[in-house]
Amino acid sequence: MKFFRIKGGVHPSHHKSTKDATTVVMGLPSKVVIPMVQHLGAPCQPLVKKGDTVKVGQVIGNTDAFVSAPVHASVSGTVTAVEPRIISGSRPILCVEIKPDGLQELDAIEPPVVTSKEDFLKAVRASGLTGLGGAGFPTHVKLNPPKDAKVDTLIINAAECEPYITSDYRECLENTAGIIEGIEHVLKWTGIPKAFIGIEDNKPDAVELLKKATMSKPNIEVVSLPSIYPQGAEKMLIYALTGRQVPPGKLPADAGCIVLNVTSVAFLANYIKTGMPLIKKRITVDGSAVKYPKNVEVLIGTPVGEVFEFCGGLKEEPGKLIMGGPMMGVALYSLELPVLKNTNALLALSEQEGKLPQETACIRCGRCVRACPMNLLPLEIDRLAKASQFDELNKYNIMDCIECGSCVFACPAKRLIVQSIRLGKDALRRASAKKQA
Amino acid sequence: MDKRLSVSSSPHIRSDITTRRLMLDVIIALIPATAAGIYYFGVRAALLIAITTLSCVGWEYVTRKALKRSNTIGDLSAVVTGLILALNLPPQLPVWMAVVGAFFAIVVVKQLFGGIGQNFVNPALAARAMLVVAYGSRMTFWTAPFNSASNMADAVSSATPLGILKEGGILPGLSQMFFGNIGGSLGETSALALIIGGLYLLFRGVITWHIPVIYTGTVALMAWILGPNGFLTGNPLFHVLAGGLLLGAFFMATDYTTSPMTKKGMAIFSVGCGVLTIVFRLYTNMPEGVSFAILLMNVAVPLIDRYTAPKRFGGGARV
Repeated sequence: MKFFRIKGGVHPSHHKSTKDATTVVMGLPSKVVIPMVQHLGAPCQPLVKKGDTVKVGQVIGNTDAFVSAPVHASVSGTVTAVEPRIISGSRPILCVEIKPDGLQELDAIEPPVVTSKEDFLKAVRASGLTGLGGAGFPTHVKLNPPKDAKVDTLIINAAECEPYITSDYRECLENTAGIIEGIEHVLKWTGIPKAFIGIEDNKPDAVELLKKATMSKPNIEVVSLPSIYPQGAEKMLIYALTGRQVPPGKLPADAGCIVLNVTSVAFLANYIKTGMPLIKKRITVDGSAVKYPKNVEVLIGTPVGEVFEFCGGLKEEPGKLIMGGPMMGVALYSLELPVLKNTNALLALSEQEGKLPQETACIRCGRCVRACPMNLLPLEIDRLAKASQFDELNKYNIMDCIECGSCVFACPAKRLIVQSIRLGKDALRRASAKKQA
Repeated sequence: MDKRLSVSSSPHIRSDITTRRLMLDVIIALIPATAAGIYYFGVRAALLIAITTLSCVGWEYVTRKALKRSNTIGDLSAVVTGLILALNLPPQLPVWMAVVGAFFAIVVVKQLFGGIGQNFVNPALAARAMLVVAYGSRMTFWTAPFNSASNMADAVSSATPLGILKEGGILPGLSQMFFGNIGGSLGETSALALIIGGLYLLFRGVITWHIPVIYTGTVALMAWILGPNGFLTGNPLFHVLAGGLLLGAFFMATDYTTSPMTKKGMAIFSVGCGVLTIVFRLYTNMPEGVSFAILLMNVAVPLIDRYTAPKRFGGGARV
């Protein structure tokens, strides 16, 4: 079982204390808030208005744009608001708020008829599936790469290299057959000959289960990879499994690969069997401020505060709430914010853990350079971005940064390198947009 | 309660390592060499170490205050500079000269260039070089070990092993050099104490093996090749144990700010330090070359960093 060792990376403590926590289903929340953008791409237009009644699985937002995915109602009930709200980032996003009626009445849900690649891609889009691992890229777009890209490898990302998170791991244990079924659908309809499942070696029982399940399937290979963050970053995983490097600014397809999250493929198998669109998600709820850490199946749109309540509430006033993992997750400003399609964890850190350490002067120790898996010079980018020398930043390939946070983790001076990089990228994007206008 | 939530850019966790902790580890690693210096050179050495270290911290505090910048003595880097400078001084150096050296290290080389992380050469080494130029005879007045403050006036002068090599005389035995019972700078004489400290730094992950091993390896190899009686007749161990090589290789060439950031860069830097050290020792008037070798390579670091920058992932030109 050959693999390529990624360069750099860091070793944060795993904190996977929920690994033995079997998924429990959370009941109906008091309301759901469903944003019209839960993916990278064009926003959906709401198809319902205040006062409408909706059923479970009903499409409540869609668009004609290609790079997008429809959104569905996760509960049956009455639409109580359609209005812009600030979810994450600074721009308001149109959201549909639904008050559940408690009946969970199903919309006309039917398994899709799939007899061709076109049918398959249409079904994937209709399912509302976007990458469940974190980035939230619409899956049907991934599965339909440009004609000139010769894709020969499907990569299933089960690495789950972020600390705390065990939701993909639970998928591997609880739905092994579903994963394999999903992979076979994708291989069949895309014509890709070979699939790898990449998984970190800190999950030996999942590795074993997957290996057993693929024993008689020569076109699916399970590869146990070293546990090093960010092993599960798309470009790193492609490199680790194939030795290919995705060129700067290009997509995995340009390296002949399509990468799908392990829970995403398992969802696809279920969708093709039942026609039930993406309305719920398994989430790891953990962190030192959470009373009973759990893996919870949550309806999309559930306010995060209610998810914490379901886990026994918070032990103390948290210092920080994180949607996603501690390395790349988004810090939340409110308990009212909803669970999204790509949410895989909710963490509540104590006040002490949530404190931002004092930034001190860079001592040029080079730890960030050695930790950067993209071979960048984080200290130089940090310096240039803080000095607003935005023209210089392109020379240091700032746009290559995958924002994995390894540099910040490794930095003894506690520099806010990723923050500077985000500011720098934003400034460059705005400058180039201006140039085009 | 929402008001109390901290909302910041990811990542949300960090390693325990801090600048202060790294500096503290260097201080801990210097304890054996400091103790050996005091053991061999007596109370006078202890006094010199204390004054040098205190004046480095003092100068740091005063300069930051005068420049209206934040107080940085808490990061302990001034303590490290002071200790290293002291270990580089002859035991009988007048105390006021040490204070001048501390001024040059902290005020001129470090703070006037922007403080920690901004100095282009190692502050302690630059100060030593300045003292050698300004007070040459005092900076090369070596005394034999086991002199204490009480008989300071009749300190017995004694050449260093490298000085004997240059001027002639009876060389000390290797075991004497290993334990440190020889003339020389305060903290450079005991190879044993320096190696213990160096191993601690490696164990704690403060430094990697690259610079100390490649630097001393280069010196040993070249000393062997360019021996006194022709090709391959040199004594590599003598050159490794003599002078300030181990102090330099473990504690000064590894200074983060003035050494390269990549392993490849470190290798080039260390070979450069090794070659220059031997060239200075064998082919110039100076008996010792470690400090000037490191200082010269310090200046080359930006260039080395530029040409050893890691190759962009996914291809394309390097920076």
